[in-house]
Amino acid sequence: MDNPGPQVIFPAMATDSDILIVGGGLNGPALALALAQAGFTVTVIDALDEDARRDEGFDGRSYALALASKRLLAAIGIWHHVADHAQPMLGIKVTDGRAGEGPSPFLMEFDHAEIEEGPMGFMVEDRHLRRAFLDAMGAEARITHIAGARVTAQDVQGQSAEVTLDDGRVLTARVLVGSDGRQSGTARRAGIGRMGWGYGQTALVCAVEHEKPHGGIAHQFFMPPGPLAILPLTGNRSSIVWSEAEVEAARINALNDDAYLDELRPRFGSFLGDIRLAGKQFTYPLNLTLAKALVGDRLALIGDAAHGVHPIAGQGLNAGLRDVAALAEVLTLAARRGEDIGAPDVLARYQQWRRFDTATLALATDAFNRLFSNDNPVLRLGRDIGMGVVNALPGLRRAFIREAAGLTGDLPRLMQGKRV
Amino acid sequence: MQAERSTVDPSEVAKFEAMAAEWWDPNGKFKPLHMLNPCRLDYITSQIAGEFDRDLTVPLPFAGLRILDIGCGGGLLCEPMARLGADVVGADAAARNIPVAQVHAEQSGLQIDYRHTTAEDMAAAGEQFDIVLNMEVVEHVSDPLAYLTACRELLKPGGLHLCSTINRNPKSYMMAIIGAEYVMRWLPKGTHEWSKFITPDELFDLMRQAGLNPVDRKGYVFNPITWTWSISDRDLSVNYVTAALKP
Repeated sequence: MDNPGPQVIFPAMATDSDILIVGGGLNGPALALALAQAGFTVTVIDALDEDARRDEGFDGRSYALALASKRLLAAIGIWHHVADHAQPMLGIKVTDGRAGEGPSPFLMEFDHAEIEEGPMGFMVEDRHLRRAFLDAMGAEARITHIAGARVTAQDVQGQSAEVTLDDGRVLTARVLVGSDGRQSGTARRAGIGRMGWGYGQTALVCAVEHEKPHGGIAHQFFMPPGPLAILPLTGNRSSIVWSEAEVEAARINALNDDAYLDELRPRFGSFLGDIRLAGKQFTYPLNLTLAKALVGDRLALIGDAAHGVHPIAGQGLNAGLRDVAALAEVLTLAARRGEDIGAPDVLARYQQWRRFDTATLALATDAFNRLFSNDNPVLRLGRDIGMGVVNALPGLRRAFIREAAGLTGDLPRLMQGKRV
Repeated sequence: MQAERSTVDPSEVAKFEAMAAEWWDPNGKFKPLHMLNPCRLDYITSQIAGEFDRDLTVPLPFAGLRILDIGCGGGLLCEPMARLGADVVGADAAARNIPVAQVHAEQSGLQIDYRHTTAEDMAAAGEQFDIVLNMEVVEHVSDPLAYLTACRELLKPGGLHLCSTINRNPKSYMMAIIGAEYVMRWLPKGTHEWSKFITPDELFDLMRQAGLNPVDRKGYVFNPITWTWSISDRDLSVNYVTAALKP
């Protein structure tokens, strides 16, 4: 724009925007902001209307944002909107427990003081993130946000990707990004198959208020039906994510508040004093679903559309934001070289960067869940000894903390706190 | 010179489109060029941005610059330069490349002036450019000094000449001829003649004799683990690239 020059782009080639993102959750808007900041024009298509997204009770989840993810949110101007609602995570305690019994004597403790980068992560509620993203997109001139519209068809014509909306509008872009979740229609329409399986488990999610302060410590109890996570929120509140077999979860979720708490208390224990519900309860079915390719013809998949994993280690959103940072970096560098950002070799760089990481994460969370969602005494002894060993070795413990903070691997620049 | 500009015969468009698709297939016949291309473009764009004080983070940073790409092939360098806003002329001594490159530029929505001609003929016609891209050509010409002299004549005073080629030593023989032509089969056998390879010092000498002032040289290094190329300050042992200015 600062270099007014000859018009080199023929009108026939001009697309409505550089990049078209299908999906208005968290990863889609994050990518839109990162790309707009780099100078691209972006259109975001969200099947939900904006009022539904702004509704307090729309999604009760909270996210453990790794330090690397926080850096990305800071770089795209989101962090300062949610910082006041973010609870630093100062430690993680992992315990092998059975409901109604005390925790096993073996546990792992991770303290952020063992790494120099600061807290290993921050707990942020979905409702705060959602609103911050909507506000930031609204304030960015390079982003067109189309809410309450569904994609009915997609195609590639020459060097442009094309989608048709349910109101008949046709939009074109140089690259189409699918950020539309575990059942990604964008991937399906492009003929990208998926692999995966259900866990027969459902996550029960709620927030509780408790008498005593949590001190910024997250707790993970491994219990036979599935893991229970107690994640510190601001004030004397914690987010509970609790996995049970599908039938049992449905039974518990149907209970009234008092009966629900009666189920939760023995699992939760009494270390934070008495607890009461703060907000609504939610359930989410647990499954693993991996797209067989992360890219296609003028197409890239990010977030759960690429890899929906078990939430056992709280890595779903963090992995999605790594996709965001990697794809934004690949496209930005390609554009600065003058490359066609939708060319197969450009998109292949994104896939090469992310594929190994996401497959590893999917398999690790899967194995972790199988190992711990189990009452077999031999496995239980084995994992207790394993945790005892990790806990006894500072080097290994620090490696786990750095992994939890998202500081390992080939980190995109936006996650190193640098600009692309 | 205008008379030599090719126009595409409509009956042959399908054939040229197929050839263009081949040129632009990252896993096809020109895979080695595609693999090297991001690295080449990084060097080219940063040198031009530095020399002409352009900001690569804004759209069309090369607007107003006239660039000649000698040995343009299917347009792997011309298209990125045009996308960055430059006024681009692509020249190739092989007539068959011209309509192929034209067809692809049209598909990309880019306006590029492709010509079947040589550096010497264009210099004789008095053409002038801000930048001459002379990539992987000098090792194929019979008289490098005469060729580099023509390249200098094509530049405006203060113009930038970017030239890459292959070093001459036992390692480059192993890598560029045995490795690329016989083992990996990246290039057809006989693509390169080792005796025509030029060391960086020899190239700098030739450029000075041609009236150019060399200002920079870097290596392109292939990493067989990550299967990517990168730019090296020190390792110019096989592929390398240079920058020179016309006084």
